[in-house]
Amino acid sequence: MHLEINKGSYSYNPKDKILSDICFKLEQGKIMTVLGQNGIGKTTLLKCLMGLIKWQEGETLIDGKVFTSIIESEEIGYVPQAHKTIFQFTVFDMVSMGRSRHISIFSMPSKFDNEKVMEALEIVGIQDLKDKLCSQLSGGQLQLVYIARALANDPKILIMDEPESHLDFKNQFLILKLIEDLKVKKGISCIINTHYPDHALKISDYTLLLGTNRHQFGKSNDIITEKNIKDYFEVNARIYTIPGSINQTKAFTVID
Amino acid sequence: MNQVKKNNYFMILLLILVLLFSFISLFWGRYYVEPKQVLDLLWSNIWGDSGESIYKTVVWNIRLPRILIVILVGAGLSICGTSLQGCFHNPLVSPDVLGVSAGAGFGAALGILLTSGVNGVTAVLAFSFGLLSVILSLILSRIKSESSILALVLSGIIISAVFNALISLVKFLADTDSQLPAITFWLMGSFSNVTFEDLGKIFIPIVLGISVLIGIRWRINVLTLGDEEAKTLGINPRKTRLLIITATALITASSVMVAGIIGWVGLIIPNLCRMIVGADHKYLMPSSCLCGAAFLLFVDFIARVLTPSEIPIGILTAIVGAPFFALVYKNTEGC
Repeated sequence: MHLEINKGSYSYNPKDKILSDICFKLEQGKIMTVLGQNGIGKTTLLKCLMGLIKWQEGETLIDGKVFTSIIESEEIGYVPQAHKTIFQFTVFDMVSMGRSRHISIFSMPSKFDNEKVMEALEIVGIQDLKDKLCSQLSGGQLQLVYIARALANDPKILIMDEPESHLDFKNQFLILKLIEDLKVKKGISCIINTHYPDHALKISDYTLLLGTNRHQFGKSNDIITEKNIKDYFEVNARIYTIPGSINQTKAFTVID
Repeated sequence: MNQVKKNNYFMILLLILVLLFSFISLFWGRYYVEPKQVLDLLWSNIWGDSGESIYKTVVWNIRLPRILIVILVGAGLSICGTSLQGCFHNPLVSPDVLGVSAGAGFGAALGILLTSGVNGVTAVLAFSFGLLSVILSLILSRIKSESSILALVLSGIIISAVFNALISLVKFLADTDSQLPAITFWLMGSFSNVTFEDLGKIFIPIVLGISVLIGIRWRINVLTLGDEEAKTLGINPRKTRLLIITATALITASSVMVAGIIGWVGLIIPNLCRMIVGADHKYLMPSSCLCGAAFLLFVDFIARVLTPSEIPIGILTAIVGAPFFALVYKNTEGC
């Protein structure tokens, strides 16, 4: 599946566009990260892309066809940031809601839906937690639940809004590893909002760098450079290739 | 014991309680009838007419319709509370969040003022104004381009305030010797004087409403996550919400029409059941239905037998319900 954003623009305030002329293409089985400061429009971009709010100009294309909304399309799965819910569902119930679009209004999840749920739980490795309440989980486990919920629907693209924020570095690592695994083993594409340039360097093939009224899109290694970081974040950073690493792994450090 | 088994046992227990309380209410009261005689009477009346007797009047014509109405109202109000708490994702929402009770209360007060009595006109006015207030709340919530949950709740508060003011106005205009007491008692809620005719009026709307809500109960789970998340899961929350609001408005307006305003049931029963069966509406909805019926039967029984003159049930639901709720809250974990 081929995803393309063509000249997408959006503004909350008519005088001041938050996103203007965003263009990028993403083929199946690639990871893309969206980097930018707080309030720069990363979440707005994801919402427009999924059709939760409408592009004011431009469009989202999937395999060349105009894509209207995630409500009608089952190919995109959305993973929200781990958050507490008002009513406490068990992990199994929460993940089964990922099958909602296949369950008609007057019915219950079928046996097939339940099998899909178990499959998704196994992929992320939390089948042991299925009868626990979501409120009893740690932040990292809860994030896995939301990923499993999106996977229960067999998506081709996962969209994640800062999946690793608010997690400790071990859990951050686990989530990133899982995202890479999903790409390698299942061929699932991923679009991830993140605050961490080092995470983007580590897992993503492409990066969209968002700034005020400008953006850059390209291979992560070409986009995340010391110059661009200074330019878009006003922060001096150093990027090194770790000596002896096989894949030319990069390290990222802020220096002042 | 796993949760599914536990939930099934809980529902069986509630069903037994409903049957038990109904039976006790049939023979026990100011006029005591032997349990065996009640059974005989029920049996013969189902298969034909047992002839006239004082037992028949008490058990068949007075107590039986009352019990059936109590069951319908208790089950109806509780399931309304559960569904609305789910679709407004707020455990403090009660069935009259969109102003049904205030509207219906005004309709009834107006009926009493115009006709000087509680009769057919009063019931029709109560039902119509109950539905009208929900429609007005829905229209008002669309003043802004996006119809959010907050807009709905605020509209409900506004409409309730207007109708409550109108109730006061009607009370002010009412004759202080006959009409004012009638209005005041009616607003407190009571099942005394209900008949088979009343049962006929509310049976279809309440049963229809409950069936719809039970039918869509799994979908309510998705609504509790909030509108945006429901959309990302492929559900259009507005359509489902409109269906739920329509069903609950029918049930609540029907209840208020025959029994007046009975507060608190629709607020505590859903919370109480949620503490026991969990948040999954698949089990939560049927168990609130049964629990509401059992609770209201119990409270109505107390209202009848505690004092020589009947206590309005609206007062008792709160007095009995509050400590019970506190007790369950203390003994549950994970809430």
